[in-house]
Parts: sequence; structure tokens; C-alpha cells
Amino acid sequence: MADRPRIRLPKQAKKGELIEIRTLLPHLMESGQRKGADGKVFPRKIVNAFTCEFNGKLVFSATLEPAIAANPYLQFSARVEESGTFRFAWTDDDGTVITADEMITVI
Amino acid sequence: MRALSRRDALTALGATGAALAMTGWSDGALATVQEAADEIAKFTGGKAPVKGKITIELPEIAENGNTVPLRVSVESPMTAEDYITDVLVVADGNPRPGVATFRFTPMSGKADISTRMRLAATQNIVVIARTNKGDLFTGQRQVTVTVGGCVG
Repeated sequence: MADRPRIRLPKQAKKGELIEIRTLLPHLMESGQRKGADGKVFPRKIVNAFTCEFNGKLVFSATLEPAIAANPYLQFSARVEESGTFRFAWTDDDGTVITADEMITVI
Repeated sequence: MRALSRRDALTALGATGAALAMTGWSDGALATVQEAADEIAKFTGGKAPVKGKITIELPEIAENGNTVPLRVSVESPMTAEDYITDVLVVADGNPRPGVATFRFTPMSGKADISTRMRLAATQNIVVIARTNKGDLFTGQRQVTVTVGGCVG
């Protein structure tokens, strides 16, 4: 099971400012290509989707393939016009969804 | 790993380099340029993309194929009238060509994404970007991988 995601974004921003968001989810991202000592392939288990919403509206999303490195790291931008909450969600191959919320204040 | 004769093992080593000998890959697992092209065609619907507008930042030599930093940015005003909707990243020398698809909105402000990927061998990274009007742009960079990402 994945650990808590790590998220970096500013606590405050000016109206209309472009902010940078960095996210990292500790996760093995088992690619389904790797073999164990017994010659059997470890079954694929990756985080296959990511979304970032702000106040319920989609800002950015991604479909991830096994070629994304372990502990999937994503850095992207967002333009903030009002105070509110970012919601981040990672979907695992087993259907588990890991979410995290971060507030930002527009001054 | 299955049993190999000494001769077979040495031949395999000589032919494909140490990276592939690290028990990582199933037989004949590397994707071809054709598979990468198919993946791109699925995204573009067969329409030919125009070269340009895309900046790909990659190390020239990636010493560790398990985690290769990648940054892709696409020139766009990112307004409600004119913005980048999705960006496809394909690696033509991995077991499977797909790396990721990123989807932007005008709220993204900038079509700019950084991540880290796995690369099995020296290969080309191809990026295709689509605007909200359906225009397609493409860019390509080669990356030299010293030690392939054994976990694909």
C-alpha cells in the first residue's frame, strides 16, 4: 500500500498568479516486466491515473504507463483566481484511490 | 532466470549489453519503432503532426535508466479559446512504447510537466501535443542510457 503523498505548493498567491505544484506518491510502480528469482514475472501494479482539481474543477490529469519511474513524481502549473482547495487523486491498478487536499489563499 | 549454457550467456551479453543480462526482460520484450508509431497513430487518428512548439528537456546521457528526469513544455497562450488539451509521451525502445498522457485545461496556465521515467536502452522520446482546435505538434529527442531500467 502506498504511503502518504508529498505535495508542495505555495500557501498564498496573488489573484491570477501562475503557481507551481510538485507531487510525489511513494509507490513501487511494479511494471509487470520484472522477473523474480523463480523466473515468474511480478504482476503489474502501478498507479495508472492522476487528477488535480481546484474547487471541483479539473486542472490537470494524467494517464501513467509502466514506464513512469517508481514513486511517481509530477510537477505542473495552475493559475489561481480565488482561494480554495486543490484535490489530488491517484488511482492504483487495484482500484484504490489515494487522495490529498491542499488549501491556498488568494490575497 | 532460465538456465543458459555458458556460450549462450556470453553471446547474449555481447549482443545486447549488460543491461539486458540483469534478468529484467522477458524474451524479445523491447518495443519496436513501429509499435511506437502505432501508439502515436492511435492518439493522432492518423493526422500528421507539425514539428515545433515543443521543448523536451532530458539528460543527454542518462546513467540510470530507472529514473530519467523528463520535462515537456508546449508553447501555448493557454486561454479558454486556445490551449493545449493533451500531450502524449512515447519511448520507442521500451518493452511498451507508452510513457504517459497528460491533459491540460486553461486553468493549468502553462502546458508544462516534469516527471521521471524508466528507459530500457538508448532510444528516442517522441512527444505529440494537441490543441483544443485539434492541431497537432510534435517534438523528438534522443537519450543515451548507460544502464537500462531493469524494471521496465
